[in-house]
Amino acid sequence: MPLLYFQILANGLVLGGLYACIASGFSLVWGVQNVINILHGSFIVLGAYLAYFAHLHAGIHPFLSILIAIPVFFAIGYGLQRMMINRIIAAPVLLTLTLTFGLDLMLQNGMIMAFTADFKKLVLDPPLGTIALGEVVLPVDRLAAMALALALTAMLYLILSRSRIGRAIVAVRMDREAAALMGVNVARIYAITFGLGVMMAGASGPLLAMIFPISPLGGPAYLGKAFVICVLGGLGSVPGAMIGGLVLGVVESFGALWFGPEHAVTLSFSLLILMLLFRPHGLLGRKGYE
Amino acid sequence: MKRDASIALVLFALVALLPLSGEAYWMRLGTTMLMYGVLAMSWNFIGGMAGYPSFAVAAFFGLGAYAGAVAQKFGVPMGFAWVGAGLLALVFAALLGVALLRLRGHYFAIASLVVAEVLRELVNSMTGLTGGGMGLNLPIPAMASVDAQARFFFYVMLLLAAVTFTAMLITANSKLGFGLRCIQQNESAADMLGVDTTFYKVSAFMLSGVFVGVAGAVYASWVYYIEPPDVFDVLYSVKAIVMVLLGGAGSMFGPLVGAAAFLSLEELVWRNYLEVHTGVLGLMIVLLVLFLPKGLISLSQRLGRRGKLR
Repeated sequence: MPLLYFQILANGLVLGGLYACIASGFSLVWGVQNVINILHGSFIVLGAYLAYFAHLHAGIHPFLSILIAIPVFFAIGYGLQRMMINRIIAAPVLLTLTLTFGLDLMLQNGMIMAFTADFKKLVLDPPLGTIALGEVVLPVDRLAAMALALALTAMLYLILSRSRIGRAIVAVRMDREAAALMGVNVARIYAITFGLGVMMAGASGPLLAMIFPISPLGGPAYLGKAFVICVLGGLGSVPGAMIGGLVLGVVESFGALWFGPEHAVTLSFSLLILMLLFRPHGLLGRKGYE
Repeated sequence: MKRDASIALVLFALVALLPLSGEAYWMRLGTTMLMYGVLAMSWNFIGGMAGYPSFAVAAFFGLGAYAGAVAQKFGVPMGFAWVGAGLLALVFAALLGVALLRLRGHYFAIASLVVAEVLRELVNSMTGLTGGGMGLNLPIPAMASVDAQARFFFYVMLLLAAVTFTAMLITANSKLGFGLRCIQQNESAADMLGVDTTFYKVSAFMLSGVFVGVAGAVYASWVYYIEPPDVFDVLYSVKAIVMVLLGGAGSMFGPLVGAAAFLSLEELVWRNYLEVHTGVLGLMIVLLVLFLPKGLISLSQRLGRRGKLR
């Protein structure tokens, strides 16, 4: 049996790399602004549609459509924060949560109208085939998607840790007032943060389109995973999202083996509640700045 | 308190006259409005008074609906099944509250949101007991006519709404309500000054569960057929919040005003723009949060003040 376990572990890690990419932007926005972006899941779906239609009509490879997704989704996020979320950023958490929920209902409805409720699947022709690592067999498209997901996540990490704007974001996260006194334009930094978060969602869409079917109502499932990952890995840190994503991927794969795939949601949400109760600062155990 | 009670008495008496219209359509709308009112008032206990952003309404509603339906499947009379569903929701809220109310802010919101999802998956997989994804049929109550049935469920919901309102009125004017408002303003300070915050919060959460549980069971009997995605719909939680925000959080009549206003808007949108109704609902939420975060009740105060200035 151990061979099966290696295969399941490999599947889980590949899935986990994608989950890390989904969650890192969500975690950034939550950690820096204390805003839960309910739209995150639907932006992933929108990114997947972008890849689907770019492939269908223009023959653009989904990996290349990431390059289109990055500026487009950054602009959407930046504008959204500037025009709406900044207006109520100081209000109780319930209001920001409700606002993004309302926006999500609009986006979902819009996607149903524009793309119909049918499931769509991006099929590459010819398919990329599989690769064998010893006895473990993995599909190349999944492996490549995971590698790109990890590269995107690493890019976000580098932006935050090396660039001037990234340092400003971290400064605002640590102490908003002090950062403002040091000359950081907090409203602009919030908009950039939200832009980066939405950009990560939109850019992971094409990767997920390679693997999963696309549905206009698929957003909440991704959102649920992002929640669980944030709680697993701790808020607002990119390495935390990475760890949380990999753990969730592996747990889901083994859970599907032992309990059956129909219990995946129950399993991951039970994990979420247990984590909230016993390790509220994540597996890494680093206390957040909130 | 006396003034609120007499206003409420007049209000409920007026609503009780609705069956005189004799229109089945208005009966259905009235019953739905009262049910929404129960959900909104229930959310007000934990969300409005204690300030905890709970999304657990859908969990209590679905739990109550399935508890009532399964009990009736095993031959429990309808009325007992409803009360039993309420008690189950009460106990469930107590257990859940002890665990979850240690969390604050977004963490509490998400944990309470997730509960409905987990319950839905569990109900989905227990096919033997609950019918799983096929749903569950309920016995149709033996009554003279369809109109008599509609009237019966209308008055049951009216009674439930009146009971919920009374509970809210008593709570708001009691030590419990005072303690909850302290928790909302500053939980750590309230704790330090000797408010037993855990006990108060769990009590509020139980109050916010019990009536929703009964409402779920009554709803199940009213529509004869339930399925997991219908009764565990996260939109029940969101609608309860939106109704309270629309009416004005923390005020006595806010939830009822919000329920009536929300249902009117929802019905208008349903009737005229079926295809885009979730989108319009979303737009309403966005406009409400951006431009009217303190609710319709604040609007009358604002207009009044402006009038005086002139």
